[in-house]
Amino acid sequence: MSQIPANLQYTKDHEYVAGAADADIVTIGITDFAQGELGDIVYLDLPKVGSTFAEHAVFGTIEAVKAVSELFSPLAGEVVEVNARLDGEPALVNSDPFGDGWMIRMKVADTNARAALMTADAYKALLGE
Amino acid sequence: MSVLETLQRTALYDVHVALGARIVPFAGFEMPVQYPAGITAEHHAVRKSCGLFDVSHMGEFLVTGPGAIDFVNYVTTNDVAKLAVGQAHYSTFCNERGTIEDDCLVYRFEDHLMLVVNASNIAKDWAHIESRMLTFDCTMENVSARTALLALQGPLAPSVLARHTSVNLDAIAYYHFTVGTVAGVEHVTISRTGYTGEDGFELYFADAHAPAVWAALMSGGDVSPAGLGARDTLRLEMGMALYGNDIDDTVTPYEANLAWLVKLTAKERFVGRDALVAQKMAGVPRKLVGFTLPVRNVPRHGMRVFVDGEQSGEVCSGTVGPSVALPIGTCFLPTDIAKPGTHFHVEIRGTLVPATVAALPFWPSGSAKK
Repeated sequence: MSQIPANLQYTKDHEYVAGAADADIVTIGITDFAQGELGDIVYLDLPKVGSTFAEHAVFGTIEAVKAVSELFSPLAGEVVEVNARLDGEPALVNSDPFGDGWMIRMKVADTNARAALMTADAYKALLGE
Repeated sequence: MSVLETLQRTALYDVHVALGARIVPFAGFEMPVQYPAGITAEHHAVRKSCGLFDVSHMGEFLVTGPGAIDFVNYVTTNDVAKLAVGQAHYSTFCNERGTIEDDCLVYRFEDHLMLVVNASNIAKDWAHIESRMLTFDCTMENVSARTALLALQGPLAPSVLARHTSVNLDAIAYYHFTVGTVAGVEHVTISRTGYTGEDGFELYFADAHAPAVWAALMSGGDVSPAGLGARDTLRLEMGMALYGNDIDDTVTPYEANLAWLVKLTAKERFVGRDALVAQKMAGVPRKLVGFTLPVRNVPRHGMRVFVDGEQSGEVCSGTVGPSVALPIGTCFLPTDIAKPGTHFHVEIRGTLVPATVAALPFWPSGSAKK
């Protein structure tokens, strides 16, 4: 069974959004379930600071030994920080997806859009756990 | 009936689940693709110490009778008559077009031959081979479902296996085998072969004993369970072909760098010979090559290959080689440019990434005693 922290929000594409409900800036990564499905991650192609994405737009790709996967932006907004450690240590996404394995911080275009994201319970139900 | 219900399991399925393996459908079986350590760790364990693979999904056919050698010589491309008792070789089954129906191992026992074939091709191979038995004086038996196959691979494999057998392993040369007792189980075929480039053994035995043999080999705490994911990265670093990716029934042995498996001089007659002679005379139009990409670009099966701006086939196999620490892959190129140093491109998500043909194997430092 994978970790699903109760204080985060989720998407059906297995991204998470961390940050207080009214926060301008949120942290985005992939869930423990997603990293487990992908297996050993060998590199990430992440956007530059200042890039803007629509909700559900592809903001990057993640390459594992066996497979490649696209990363979908859970919200519309502008990238304000990218986790530079992942460039040299992509396996952080495997070992600590909700911590040191975070991917981007985003200034969200509309904080109200957060309401449409899944709760931990809803995500747990999606995974059937 | 759902697809899942039709999948087979090896005798070690419960063992894999208990170890926390990720199970995936593969060639009609539910197989472990990786254990919790992950593909990279399993790969390095095999290169540096020892890993244990359950590859019981592979198929085994026994051919018995006075005509066994002549028959297998007829349906395979390598020269079975050259095999001594206790020796095995790599070979291919070709069809009349000279293309590869499957790759296989042929083992010569005192009174029979054993063909080891890919799991995904068991039914196809059986039909292909049996329909060409004609007047050969022999019989063939499919023992796949009751035969376990474990691959103990890595530089420490001989010392690990020596703890569980009194057989003199030093006397078993590369691509040779003997039959003996392992972990109390009799009649185990102990073969110094593998699909990793490392020293090691493949053990064939009655599948009811699989949990006991697996447990014995794992008991020292120095062997890592290894899944199909690591098997794929290990074999690709060695440039070893995978049926369905690198070779299939559109590819001849000459195109796949397997000319050494085709014995035109020694054998006047075998399935596919005429077509292979014709291709050899006319010239081989394309060859399978290994290539590398710059770091951070991972080639995958099916990506398009471009030569001088024109599409020239697709990537056959691709991954990031954990030992070579580079993105590596295979593809076919026109023969005149299929040599190390040639530059071409692989299209990755719309971008043409520069590729360079590399010499095979990518990883020349394996411990296999050739």
